[in-house]
Amino acid sequence: MDAVVLWSLGVVALACAVAVFVCDSMARATFALLGSLVCVGGVVLVLGLPYLGVVIVLMMVMEMVVMAVFMIAYMMNPAGLMPMSMLHNQRGALALSAAVFASLTAAVFLVPWPHRRGSPPRDTTFQVGKALMGEQMLTMIVLGFVLLATMVAATVLALRRGRYDRLGDGLDRRPARDPAGGGVGR
Amino acid sequence: MLLAPALLVTGALLAVAADTCAAAQHAGRRRSLGTVGRRLLEVPRLLTAQPRTLPAADRLLWRLGVIVVPVGAVLSVLVVPFGHRTVADLSVGLVWFNAMEVLTWAGLWLAGWGPNSAFSLVGGYRFVAQGLAYELPLMFALISAATGAQSLRLGDVVAAQSGLWFVVWMPVAFLVHLAGVLAFAFLGPFAYPAGRDLAGGVLAEVSGVDRLLLQAGRWLWLTAGAAMAVPLFLGGGNGPVLPAWAWSLFKTLAVLGLLVYGMRRVPVVRADRYVELAWLVLMPLTMVQVLAVALVVLVRQGG
Repeated sequence: MDAVVLWSLGVVALACAVAVFVCDSMARATFALLGSLVCVGGVVLVLGLPYLGVVIVLMMVMEMVVMAVFMIAYMMNPAGLMPMSMLHNQRGALALSAAVFASLTAAVFLVPWPHRRGSPPRDTTFQVGKALMGEQMLTMIVLGFVLLATMVAATVLALRRGRYDRLGDGLDRRPARDPAGGGVGR
Repeated sequence: MLLAPALLVTGALLAVAADTCAAAQHAGRRRSLGTVGRRLLEVPRLLTAQPRTLPAADRLLWRLGVIVVPVGAVLSVLVVPFGHRTVADLSVGLVWFNAMEVLTWAGLWLAGWGPNSAFSLVGGYRFVAQGLAYELPLMFALISAATGAQSLRLGDVVAAQSGLWFVVWMPVAFLVHLAGVLAFAFLGPFAYPAGRDLAGGVLAEVSGVDRLLLQAGRWLWLTAGAAMAVPLFLGGGNGPVLPAWAWSLFKTLAVLGLLVYGMRRVPVVRADRYVELAWLVLMPLTMVQVLAVALVVLVRQGG
C-alpha cells in the first residue's frame, strides 16, 4: 500500500515538474511547481516523518503563493498575462540537468546504504525536534540570526527611504512621514 | 468518516441562518423562518443558474482555486475531536489543520486570478496581504496550545485540559485564534478580499456552482475554526453530567454564535492597516503568551 502511494506521488510530482516547463503562463507554472512540492511533502509523510511532510506542504503553499505574486510582478511582459516560455539557455541547461541527474542516479546505486538496526520510534516528530534542538542547537541559533540579518539587510538595501526620510533631519518628527499609514497610528 | 463533514455542513448552515437573522434585525426587519429560507434558496438557485463565461479565463486554475477552499475546510476537521472520537487523530493534527488552512491562500489567489478580471485579481491579492498579516499571530496561538499540552496531537491537547482549560491561562492565544478564524473565512471584519468596494473582489465573477462552493467554503471555514477552538482552548469534550459529544457540540455552537455575533460588530479592516496591528501588537503579545506557557510547563516539570 505504502509503496503504491509512494510511487504514485513520485509520478505525479514528476508530471507536475514537467508541467512547470511546458506551461505558457506564469501562474500555471508556479502552481504546477507547488503541486510537485506538495507531492514531495506527501512522500516524506509516507516515509514516516509526518511532521516534516505536513510542514513542507504548509510552507510550500505559502511560499509559492508569495512567489507567484513576485514572479508575475517582475515578468517581462506587462502583468504577466501574455503567454511565455520557461525555457532559457536550452543546450546548457539540458547538459547540466543531464549531468546532475546522472550523478544523482549513480550515487543512489553506489552509496553503501546502511541496514536498519532496531525498530522505528513511535513518534518521529519528537526525534526530529531532539536532533534539531539538541546537539544542533547552536547551528539552529546561528542559522536563525543569519536568516534574520539577511532579511533585514535585503529590506534595507531595497528601500529607497531611510530613517531620516521618515523622522526628519533631527530624527524628531512625530508621527513619521510614511507613504502609507498603518493600523496603530504611528 | 462521513459524520465529520455532515456536522461541518450542519454547523455552517446554522451559522448562515444565524447571520441571516442578525442581518434582518440589523436592518429592522422581522426575523422569521421565511427570511432564513429565502437565504437558503440561494443554494438551488446557484445550482441551476447558468454559469457566466468570460473571455480568456484560466478555467483550470479558477476551478481549482474555488474547489480548494471548501475541500480544505472539510479536510481540516478530520483531525478535530468530536467528543472523544476523531476521524484521524494524527500525531501532528495541529500542523495538519494549519496546513489545510494555508491552502485557502492558494485557493483564493487562484480564484482571483482565474477569471481574468481586474476586480477578482485585486481581491485575490488582498487575501494574500491579509494572510501575511493574520497567519503568524495565528501560528503562535496554535503553538501556545501545543506547548501547553507538549503535543501536536489534538487528543493530547484535550487530555491536558482535564483540569484547567487553556482559555484561562492563554486568553491572548484564544482571541488571536478567533480573529484568525474570521480572517481565513474572510468574513466580517476580514471580508476585505470580497469587499463591496471591489464589486465583490474574489466573488466578483464567480457564478453558479462555483459561487456556491466559494461561499460555502467561507462558512465551512468559519465552522471548522470554531470547532478547532474547542479542543484547543475550551477543554474539548470535557465537562460535567452531559456526554462528551454533547459538550463538544455545545461549545462549538457557542463559539460559532460568538463569531457570528462579533462579525457584525466590527467594521471591515484594510489589510495594510491590519498588517501593522498584527506585526507590531499581536505578534509580540502572542510571543509573550508562548513564553509564559513555556515557563509554566517548565516549572510544572520541576525543571
